[in-house]
Amino acid sequence: MTDISSQPQAFEGEASFGDYFALMKPRVMQLVVFTALVGMLAAPNGVNPVVGFASILFIAIGAGASGALNMWWDADIDHIMKRTANRPIPSGKVQPGEALSIGVALSGLSVMMLALSANLLAAGLLAFTIFFYAVIYSMWLKRSTPQNIVIGGAAGAFPPVIGWVVATGSMSVEAWLMFALIFMWTPPHFWALALFMKSDYDDAKVPMLTVTHGRKSTRKHILAYTVLLVILAVGTAFTSIGGLIYLTTAVILNVLFLKGAFDIWRRDEAQAEADGYAVEKSFFKLSLLYLFLHFGAIMAEALLRSSGYGGW
Amino acid sequence: MALKAEHEMHSRRRSRNTGVGLLLAAFVVLVLALTVAKVTSGDFELPRAETLK
Repeated sequence: MTDISSQPQAFEGEASFGDYFALMKPRVMQLVVFTALVGMLAAPNGVNPVVGFASILFIAIGAGASGALNMWWDADIDHIMKRTANRPIPSGKVQPGEALSIGVALSGLSVMMLALSANLLAAGLLAFTIFFYAVIYSMWLKRSTPQNIVIGGAAGAFPPVIGWVVATGSMSVEAWLMFALIFMWTPPHFWALALFMKSDYDDAKVPMLTVTHGRKSTRKHILAYTVLLVILAVGTAFTSIGGLIYLTTAVILNVLFLKGAFDIWRRDEAQAEADGYAVEKSFFKLSLLYLFLHFGAIMAEALLRSSGYGGW
Repeated sequence: MALKAEHEMHSRRRSRNTGVGLLLAAFVVLVLALTVAKVTSGDFELPRAETLK
């Protein structure tokens, strides 16, 4: 017998196209597309525009697939954390099995198509990145060590290397410098977030540094990683992907970033609570601009170099 | 109570089906463009078996 009470159940799992798209973490995909594009443009070889477009698209799909696998695995803790409670699985719009299927299918498709459009090395790196994010980070590190985002950050750092390999078919120091830039940027970025998203990680029992080592220690870690990042970011200016535009951008941003990290280190919880974590929040916002402008400057140098300017 | 001709469930299904349809069509166009780009590039070589015919 059909009655009204059966309606909500029939409605469950009827996800719209947008819900499936949300599984792929579109905001993370934007960063992946941008950094992979910069990696490809910064490479010394030119790429056919169609091949370049298709390759960036498949890298983005691979990143989205790993995002879907991450959401499938983390559905239990996403449900607890305020920041993630509205994601498609905890909100009941998409069933966990669907997310798993989409993640696995798109992983296979993206790697296979990148091998066809670019080369096997790029496809292998993409496969490793998906594996690293879905298995090493999501399934293993995230819930077992406070170094989760330090090591797991490598997954987000691979796209410019893949972009470079799409263009050249091989890896080089410059590609790994771009990798290192994202790798070293990730911990201060996420630890600042963990400082002001106070209870989320505690409630979900995710062993973030703030939970395991305390907030004072997290502040010290942010400063230490920022100092290392500043050296790396400014040093990159003097390599073949750098130039005057990059150096100017890097010096300005790194002075601001270092000041932000120093301010975070200097204050205690009472001061932070008093102003609603204003310094931590502004450092987090600056970190987004920091990465975008560094890669924007590398892209500007690459575009100028291709027209006879840029570089040293 | 009058039954609504279109439930939200239907609009969700339509968005899903339209999205998948458009994606498949875009994929076909992309593979075609990729093939044209590959075979018209300077370093394209026919497989050995094809060149012997």
